[in-house]
This record gives sequence, structure tokens and C-alpha cells, in this order.
Amino acid sequence: MITAERKPLEELIEYVRPFKRILLVGCNECVTVCSAGGRKEVGLLASGLKMALMQSGRNIEIREHTLERQCDPEYIDELVSMIDGVDAVMSMACGCGVQEISRRFKDRPVFPAVNTKFMGASERQGVWAERCQGCGNCLLGVTGGICPIARCSKRLMNGPCGGSVAGKCEISQDVDCVWQLIWDRFKELGLEENYLNIIPAKDWRSATGGGPRKIIREDLAA
Amino acid sequence: MENFEPTIVAFCCHYCAYTAADMAGSQRLTYPANVKIIRVPCSGKVDALHIVKAFEKGADGVYVAGCLDGDCHFKNGNNRASRRVEYVQKYLDEIGIGGERLEMVNMSAGMGYRFAQIATEITEKIRKLGPSPIHSMIGASCPANSDLTA
Repeated sequence: MITAERKPLEELIEYVRPFKRILLVGCNECVTVCSAGGRKEVGLLASGLKMALMQSGRNIEIREHTLERQCDPEYIDELVSMIDGVDAVMSMACGCGVQEISRRFKDRPVFPAVNTKFMGASERQGVWAERCQGCGNCLLGVTGGICPIARCSKRLMNGPCGGSVAGKCEISQDVDCVWQLIWDRFKELGLEENYLNIIPAKDWRSATGGGPRKIIREDLAA
Repeated sequence: MENFEPTIVAFCCHYCAYTAADMAGSQRLTYPANVKIIRVPCSGKVDALHIVKAFEKGADGVYVAGCLDGDCHFKNGNNRASRRVEYVQKYLDEIGIGGERLEMVNMSAGMGYRFAQIATEITEKIRKLGPSPIHSMIGASCPANSDLTA
């Protein structure tokens, strides 16, 4: 999922301070799973913003709604019936959702309520870790299902650096050395000889190095 | 403010805290009428939103009362509640209400005296802290306030 964390409340208060009525929109997908921007968090933020602004004598009306997701225009259409009289919109979705709302409602300022972090998975309840950086040319098939691009601090492609000590990365004791993990996985799979296969220098044009990316499915696009 | 009577909401778990409140009643122990009890099946059922909404509706103080550590009827609901209360305390600081207005307490079902004692202590603590910072905006005559004082 795409993980995110709510922005500090003081930043959000400053965004909404000038307005009388705002629409606070949550998303039922990734940000719900990482407890940052789902229906519950929308309720919490609306209540918090109201109470914070009350203390400076301002009454703000906050309409709350949570969409199934905000990255498809069909879902954003649901907001059309709620947007009348609203001065500004705040979205608790990831950056994709905020921009889609901004694209749809060009005449109203749109603010993000969360900082979008990374593509990751749950390690255990309440803990999410980065797993994928969308490099565009997945090599998980040759690294035992563990990604050295997302999980190696230096994105090394052919084994650990000298900073790998006791299975940990030199940047922090909390970060595993991914090449240690890959080697251990090869051993579990009985594929140690795969470790000797050299992965050539990566062509980063399929990643962010090539500029903003787009996928067009000719069979689906009108 | 003179004669300020705080409004305190106590989320009490059915198995321990609510039973303790009941015991306080049978033992005729007095505790301040400021405390409004909400029975929940487990303190772990209390959500951050319940707590924050209580403050939004005019509570001056809130506490979550669960079983003693290790004795939760649902294994570790009271531990979850504890962690959740800490999280909401930080949020209340951010909002400006103040995390000191929220507390997590533990007791067993037989501790009627402890229920009464905690209710009294927390009422006094909140009385000293004064009304909630949003008190003047929601006002004495506002319907939201009457939800709790009725």
C-alpha cells in the first residue's frame, strides 16, 4: 500500500484558518489501512480542527466524507453534490488523490492532510516498512523475492557493502542489510549459486530517471 | 471560575470498572455526580474518536477505566486502551485541549472504594485545571453541553 502519516496539526490549522466551510475527504484504501486518512481519521481530524479553531474564536463547518478511493475520477464525482458552498477542500488521501481532487475542482483550494511516505507492507500490526520504489523493471525474480532497490540504502545490485555488519545496514541498527536477507533466502531455497549471477547496471529510465511516467492500455483507452 | 462544576466522562469496562462502580453504589460510597459513566464491554473498545468527541461535546475531563494489568477479560484490551489513551493525550496537546484532561486508570471489580476515590480525585484535578478551553465557544446554553449535563 501507499503509506502516509498525518501532517502536524498546526500546519493543517494554518491551511484552513481563512475558511468558513471546508470539505474533509478521506480515502478507504491505502490510507485507511495505515490508519492515516480513513473514515475514522477524518472524524478525528474534523473534531480536532474544530476544537483548535474554537479556541481562537473561530467556528468552522467541516463536512466529512470518505470516498472508496480518490485516484479514480468516477469516485471524485461523488463529491459534486457536497461541494456547494464549500470554500476549500482538504484531502486525507495520498498525493495522487489530492491532485485528482484538485484537478476536478479547479475553483477551490485543495490541501493535503497527510504526508505521503512510501510503498510498503505491514511487518506487523501498526508497523509498515518500505518494500517497493516502483523502479519499473522488477528484479525480484532473481533476488529471491527481496528487493535491493527499495531496501538497500545504496541500492547495490550485487551483494553487500563493507558496512554490512551482523546482518544490519551501517545506517542504523534498525535496518536489515537486504543483501544478508537475500543471501539467507537463497540458502533457504537451495539456490546459493544464483548469488554469483551478476546483475548488470540498471537502466533507470524505467524509474523516475526518465521523467513522469504513464501507462496507456490501447485496448482500454478510448 | 467560581462554582465551576466540571463534566467528566468515564468509559468503564463492564467486567471490572463498571462492576467496581456498582460496588461503590452498594457500599453507599459517595463520589461526585460530575462523573458520567459510559459502560463498554472492554476498555479496549474505547476508540480515539469516542474520547475526542466527548471533549468536542463539552467534557472537561475524560478517563478510561479498565481491568488491572493481566486481568482483562479479553486478554489485553486494557493494554490496547492504555496505548490508545497515550496516543490521544498527544493529540489533545496538539489540539490545545491538553492531554492532562485524559487519563487511563485500572481497577478490579471488587474495588468499589478505588472507583469512588478515582472519581473524586479526577474531578478535583479537572476542577483545578478549569473548564475545557472550548467551553466558552460551546457555551452554557448550547445544546451540545446539555447532552452531558441533562
